[in-house]
Amino acid sequence: MTLVPLPYRVVDRRAETHDTVTLVLEPAGEALNPFVPGQFAMVYAFGIGEIPVSVSRLPGGQRLAHTVRAVGAVSRALCGLPAGAAVGVRGPFGTNWDPAVARGQDLLIIGGGIGLAPLRPLIDSVLAEPYAYGRLNVLAGARTPGDLLYRDEFPAWGRPFGAATVDRPSGDWTGRVGVVTTLLDEALFTPANTTAFVCGPEVMIRATARALIHRGVRPDRIRVSLERNMRCATGHCGHCQLGPLLLCRDGPVVRYDRAEPLLTVREL
Amino acid sequence: MALARETAFPGATRIFEEGEKADRFWIIRSGTVALDVQVPGRGRSVVETVGAGALLGWSWLCPPQQWHLGAETREPVRAWQFDAGAVRNLCAEDPVLGLALVTVVAETIGDRLRATRTRLLDLYGPQGSQASGPTP
Ligand SMILES: Cc1cc2nc3c(=O)[nH]c(=O)nc-3n(C[C@H](O)[C@H](O)[C@H](O)COP(=O)(O)OP(=O)(O)OC[C@H]3O[C@@H](n4cnc5c(N)ncnc54)[C@H](O)[C@@H]3O)c2cc1C
Ligand code: FES
Repeated sequence: MTLVPLPYRVVDRRAETHDTVTLVLEPAGEALNPFVPGQFAMVYAFGIGEIPVSVSRLPGGQRLAHTVRAVGAVSRALCGLPAGAAVGVRGPFGTNWDPAVARGQDLLIIGGGIGLAPLRPLIDSVLAEPYAYGRLNVLAGARTPGDLLYRDEFPAWGRPFGAATVDRPSGDWTGRVGVVTTLLDEALFTPANTTAFVCGPEVMIRATARALIHRGVRPDRIRVSLERNMRCATGHCGHCQLGPLLLCRDGPVVRYDRAEPLLTVREL
Repeated sequence: MALARETAFPGATRIFEEGEKADRFWIIRSGTVALDVQVPGRGRSVVETVGAGALLGWSWLCPPQQWHLGAETREPVRAWQFDAGAVRNLCAEDPVLGLALVTVVAETIGDRLRATRTRLLDLYGPQGSQASGPTP
């Protein structure tokens, strides 16, 4: 882990949706230590600022892929970077999905909106070792079909079950309509022998975790990725605090039985 | 299950229309059905899809026993079809069965209500209903 950003270069850029871009970064000199699925980097757009962004793929070598949604000054600047542009990167930071806990079990990988991005390296690692796990279910939800990430990768993820659902169908969408939890009715899993990995906005995480527990998935077998504003990412400034947790250090991936009491506390 | 009849619908088939008498219901075995509502000037808008294992139709249980939404198959569907009148009669004769059935239907209605509320919160926005970022 480095505290000063190392220079990286954008070697590939792909528009995923109208406001979301995947950047592939390569070290311009010294490389950071390897990342694992679920971890994040602090990515610095020169002259503008630095934001936390999860790895959305580990493409091999020393490359990192990040999928960024443009919501404000820094993320917009990153989304606008052309191939060849320079950025600063610190990391790796935080806990990870730790798929080892799910060995031999059915898997539910559930993403809402941009939340599918941090889950993609986990899906990649599970698909690389299909016999280590039970049945894989990838469930994705988005506001509209135009907001769905990685649509072209979905067919490869849909074995034995994968489905995307949208709140507001449009145009030629012939897929499912409704919130992501409605897909649980069709997913193929034995609740008592299932590990779930969930990432998305906090309301989606809560609704999904409750639906999983209602179906019999154990709260300690649900992993969620939580986001808070971050500044130092090293456990010193306190910006990312959630109750007793500093999410840059104790998160972003947290067991739901630890997270649940904190997520239902009303913020002051 | 003695009251159930196996049935199948090809893809893109209208199963029922908003406002029509709700005298049957189905439990979907395979395939997907889209529930829609007619929006004046805009045609039909799909509000939800339901698939395998789901109960299709609950409007038959309570007055005015008219469909609230329309239903159309998205792909070929196999289902168990039930005659609502016969099921209601059976429940009247056997209150234990009746309570069990009403509980199952109420659970479905509850699920759909929760899903609708969650959608109203703009589930995939950055901070739920407090979303302050730009909306697509
Ligand atoms: C551990 C961690 C991992 C993350 N991984 C990713 C990732 O893989 N991809 C990604 O795109 N983002 C990710 N984020 C979120 C990202 O860090 C924020 O979107 C970013 O900090 C916003 O900074 P900004 O300067 O662009 O916008 P700001 O100027 O800080 O905010 C602009 C506006 O956007 C709103 N906003 C802030 N955050 C978000 C958000 N997450 N979504 C929508 N609106 C928001 C703010 O409320 C504000 O109104 C992650 C965050 C954390 C903590
Ligand atoms: S971001 Fe500073 S303590 Fe976590």
